[in-house]
Amino acid sequence: MTLMHKFLGATAALALSAGTALADPALIFDLGGKFDKSFNESAYNGAQRWADETGGKYLEIELQSEAQREQALRRFAEAGANPVITTGFAMSDPIGQVAPDYPDTVFVTIDGWVPDQDNVLTIGFAEHEGSYLVGMMAGMASESGTVGFIGGMDVPLIRKFACGYAQGVKAVNPDATVISNMTGTTPSAWNDPVKGSELTKAQISQGADVVFAAAGGTGVGVLQTAADEGILSVGVDSNQNPLHPGKVLTSMLKRVDVAVYDIMKAGDDVKPGFRAMTLADEGVDYAMDEHNAALVSDDMKSKVDAAKASIVDGSTAVHDYTSDDSCPALSF
Amino acid sequence: MDFLTLIQLLDSTVRLATPLLLACLAGLFSERAGIFDIGLEGKMLAAAFFSAAIAALTGSVWLGLLAGIAASMAFSLLHGLASITFRGNQLISGVAINFLAAGLTVLIAQDWFSQGGRTPSLMGGGRFEPLILPFAESIGTIPFLGPIYQELISGHSILVYIAFAMVPLTWWVLFRTRFGLRLRAVGENPGAVDTAGVSVVGLRYAAVMICGVLCGIAGAYLSTALQAGFVKDMSAGRGFIALAALIFAKWRPWHALYATLLFGLFGALETRPDVIQAIFGIKVQGALLGALPYVMTVIILAGFVGKAIPPRAGGEPYVKER
Repeated sequence: MTLMHKFLGATAALALSAGTALADPALIFDLGGKFDKSFNESAYNGAQRWADETGGKYLEIELQSEAQREQALRRFAEAGANPVITTGFAMSDPIGQVAPDYPDTVFVTIDGWVPDQDNVLTIGFAEHEGSYLVGMMAGMASESGTVGFIGGMDVPLIRKFACGYAQGVKAVNPDATVISNMTGTTPSAWNDPVKGSELTKAQISQGADVVFAAAGGTGVGVLQTAADEGILSVGVDSNQNPLHPGKVLTSMLKRVDVAVYDIMKAGDDVKPGFRAMTLADEGVDYAMDEHNAALVSDDMKSKVDAAKASIVDGSTAVHDYTSDDSCPALSF
Repeated sequence: MDFLTLIQLLDSTVRLATPLLLACLAGLFSERAGIFDIGLEGKMLAAAFFSAAIAALTGSVWLGLLAGIAASMAFSLLHGLASITFRGNQLISGVAINFLAAGLTVLIAQDWFSQGGRTPSLMGGGRFEPLILPFAESIGTIPFLGPIYQELISGHSILVYIAFAMVPLTWWVLFRTRFGLRLRAVGENPGAVDTAGVSVVGLRYAAVMICGVLCGIAGAYLSTALQAGFVKDMSAGRGFIALAALIFAKWRPWHALYATLLFGLFGALETRPDVIQAIFGIKVQGALLGALPYVMTVIILAGFVGKAIPPRAGGEPYVKER
């Protein structure tokens, strides 16, 4: 009996010390899985970079269903993980439910929004700045002076993309026409490549020769049609240049990997609140690789890099649609 | 709006109407035989996935098409088992098929390709290429009629021509053959068919299987002709719009063609807000056009414009008297 007690005591002490000393970060991949060639994979790359550099460990789970969201959060919080990093807007509500029960754990939501919660760190990206850069690129690559934008669901976030893009286009070519279409007003607008194709064809018939798709799965159809019809396209979120080598002008990158890396590096010291990932933080960028090297001239690149520097030092301000629900360069 | 814009708009209409038309005719066979089918969406989605997946693995779009049809027929068989053999509720079985297809496609796609529920992009022989009809180039130079032939009639994938050929074929099968007469009778009064010594169960299974074939072609068209690969939930509610078109057409083949073309036109107009603005002079929200098929179906169902009467025995499992 005493032996049993000793054993129990020893394991309890071990568990306690494990809980305090080894506050590993945890990472929850949203539906779609770790290797989705997009958001989650980017988060994974950031975490892996941190693990390789520091030799640290992190807990992880790939969500398989909606029901697991809250469960996964609780399990990691119970296990003493800190911070608990989540990707995707859909984690907002589950965090709102779970966070009050674990005041000592910092929950991180990338792209989500959890109001009035003291132990949540919200990471927001300056999509308008990244879109501005690819807009400049599109404006310079366009020969017809007409470029297109195709958004997914008509929500403020996507208008933020469109608005930044239009400002970038107008910055290099004030006479340019920007055609903007949204795929729909329901969540199915994120996964309707067929409609994305039709919108692309419609924009081509209106003279567009570069299209920017910020539309999730719908964008797959946009990029495909643009490649089939021989015009240029611009990818989004992750580097989509390799999807159609030589036909994707560039991609607007959301550096989820940088965000995850920074948070893991901060570890226990991570502070709740709001953090913007801007151009200056390398949170957004445009993609250059061997697939689009032939499409982007040195002149284009130097102009975009100059604009990038001027946004970073504050001399160029890109209007954020979500700040006042209006856009100077584009009407919706 | 100039002539060329009109042609482009109609061209887009044809592309958008084709999957609706195939699914609508699929539903027509099934519902005329008394089996309501709200699983059109799920079957299309399953077919879209399997045709893209098999085309990606084998490099042959025709094998892909066969796989899509097979997958859709497997779901049809499931629907048949649940609602014909086991006399379950047809609506619930249909809903189950929709959920099953939505989940299963992503699960298998993730397991096979690990690309976040997508299939790889199809290349070369993995896709249906546009079919250029003979003399398209030379006839295209004729004013007015030329562009119609070259842009509108020629240059679609072969599945489009199959879909349009299905309309007279469906009409002929349903209204000019013995099989069609019996199939319609089984949807109106299965007891009478049974009395005549014809198998109700057999006829209903046949109808449901035809429905599976047509849904399979519709799904394959989405992922291998319009697109070059599968994306999760890519059917995006087209199965439901096809159902709306079926009611709008009052379960008649030619009217199904007109209804789906009309709904396709709405879809095409949605992509050209500038054209709408030019015609009507006001800015119309695209969402309004997207909702029109449903609004019009409700108006028809409410009996304002004629009356939509479904097959009388629809939705009821047939129980043989003993």
